[in-house]
Amino acid sequence: MTTDTKFPLLRTVGLDGLLVTFAQTMSEPSNRAALAFRGAVEEQQIDGVLETSASLASAFIRFNPSSLSHHDIEELLRAMLDSRDWYAAPLPAGRRFWKVPTVYGTDLAPQLEDAALAAGLSTADAIDRLSQSRVRVLTIGFAPGQPYLGPLGPEFNIPRLKELTPMVPEGALVLAISQFVLFSGPTPTGWRHVGQTAFRCFRPDMEQSFALNPGDEMQFISVSREELEDIRRTCTDGSGGASCKEITA
Amino acid sequence: MTLIVHRIGPACTVQDQGRTGYLDQGLSRSGAADVMALYEGAALLGNAPDCAALEMAGIGGEFEATVPTAIALTGAPMQASIDGSPVLWNASHQMEVGQRLVIGSVQQGSYGYLHLGGGVETEMTLGSRAAHLTARIGRAVRAGDRLPAPGAGTTGLKLRADDRFSGGLLRVVASFQTALFDEGTLARFTRTTFYRGARANRMGMQLDSEGDGFAAKGQLDILSEVITPGDIQMTGTGAPFILLPECQTTGGYPRIATVLPCDLPRAAQTPAGGEVRFEFVSMEQAVTLQAAFDAELARIPGRVEPLVRDPHDIPDLLSYQLISGMISATE
Repeated sequence: MTTDTKFPLLRTVGLDGLLVTFAQTMSEPSNRAALAFRGAVEEQQIDGVLETSASLASAFIRFNPSSLSHHDIEELLRAMLDSRDWYAAPLPAGRRFWKVPTVYGTDLAPQLEDAALAAGLSTADAIDRLSQSRVRVLTIGFAPGQPYLGPLGPEFNIPRLKELTPMVPEGALVLAISQFVLFSGPTPTGWRHVGQTAFRCFRPDMEQSFALNPGDEMQFISVSREELEDIRRTCTDGSGGASCKEITA
Repeated sequence: MTLIVHRIGPACTVQDQGRTGYLDQGLSRSGAADVMALYEGAALLGNAPDCAALEMAGIGGEFEATVPTAIALTGAPMQASIDGSPVLWNASHQMEVGQRLVIGSVQQGSYGYLHLGGGVETEMTLGSRAAHLTARIGRAVRAGDRLPAPGAGTTGLKLRADDRFSGGLLRVVASFQTALFDEGTLARFTRTTFYRGARANRMGMQLDSEGDGFAAKGQLDILSEVITPGDIQMTGTGAPFILLPECQTTGGYPRIATVLPCDLPRAAQTPAGGEVRFEFVSMEQAVTLQAAFDAELARIPGRVEPLVRDPHDIPDLLSYQLISGMISATE
């Protein structure tokens, strides 16, 4: 990518996709723009558009090129881009705020101390700061229902590990580059495993299969190991004892 | 209920054309690795092409009919027999109650398909029957399972399948990260003969080659971005992976190009060690090639023909020179 690249940038993805990128890096305005633009494309219900999604700073549009030409969809999207300042767009409507009981550290989340050290904090201080951080679902991706959450304070801008941890369980809260990811299934990772929850992001066996939406906010409240085990015994709806309320603007 | 599974290979799953509309929730499409095989099976049985079938990765199994059942076999050719009598691949056959169908290993390609009359009717999840093992939707079929299906369908039909089971040339288009690779690397990429590596499943397929890897500029600080099936992703070592139906929805490794959807059946069917090469085509050419493929899928039902020509079905039998060229009765 050249340095004089102008955003928003329209580029093709394979045969049947277009990517509208609002910035080279994730930031509050570029994330808002991506979410809002993707929402607006959905609302238009354009014939030939098959599906859309938003990543950290881009909106993705997949279409059927035999019924909607590259030329026509690009023209349509450019007109939409020019119609308003997407970087100043509000967050999606119907957002919710989740408080999720979380065990920080212990053998359930063995990389907390390591993460605190990398952030230059004591373990107790790291737990305080992390459990008080109210973070937003920036995007959902990689695996079903799995949120990328941020931003955390700049002290948590710590790199990914060079060596992958072979497997962390579903509900693991992992940290890197001032973001959390809450894993929706067991997976290997290069992010540090700092907390463990009983929250299930993807519940294919339930009517509401996906728990979260981009724009939702989350806070990971510190609880004891006994409390989490109690939740695991008694709570069967996949919420992991989380509370949830609507965010009113 | 129609078929009981007595034995089964380790990576057999029920697949249809997959599910769309969940990309925003991190769920990729899944669906058959070789979509053409679904259309062929549907044509042989008189099914709709959105019917589900059993996808068999490398090894089949042994199946017993509990009611009269029409079956079809498509995709990578495998040895098959009903009650010990060999049956033709790329054809539909009738199974009676108690008959056993035995499907062996692939002879060419990677994924074989067993279709049942009316389609396999396992439970739907989010609008599709396609198992998606990495998303923990569905599971591999096991011995003792039953494959439910209505059972009725046309049989005694065959198709000539095009050869897509030995790798070959794959057409690709440039994608949004192609420019991260310099021209020398791109030129070397299209000159290189790759071999399907050992690491291959429905998520992706590793390619090996001699010589250096294919590194992008500034590879490690790329923002995680959307993935589409067919993307050719360069891992940390610069070895390419072609991403397949169960790929992740986003990823941070750069992608050098994207295989056209119409060439994905050929890509997925490349056998272990099979050769693959890449050729860039323009977007205009790609759209034309894909439209031709879609038209070919639509023409498959018109290409089925009877398995055995019964003399009663040949109206002008007397006009055939049935003994032409015979010199000696004992030859």
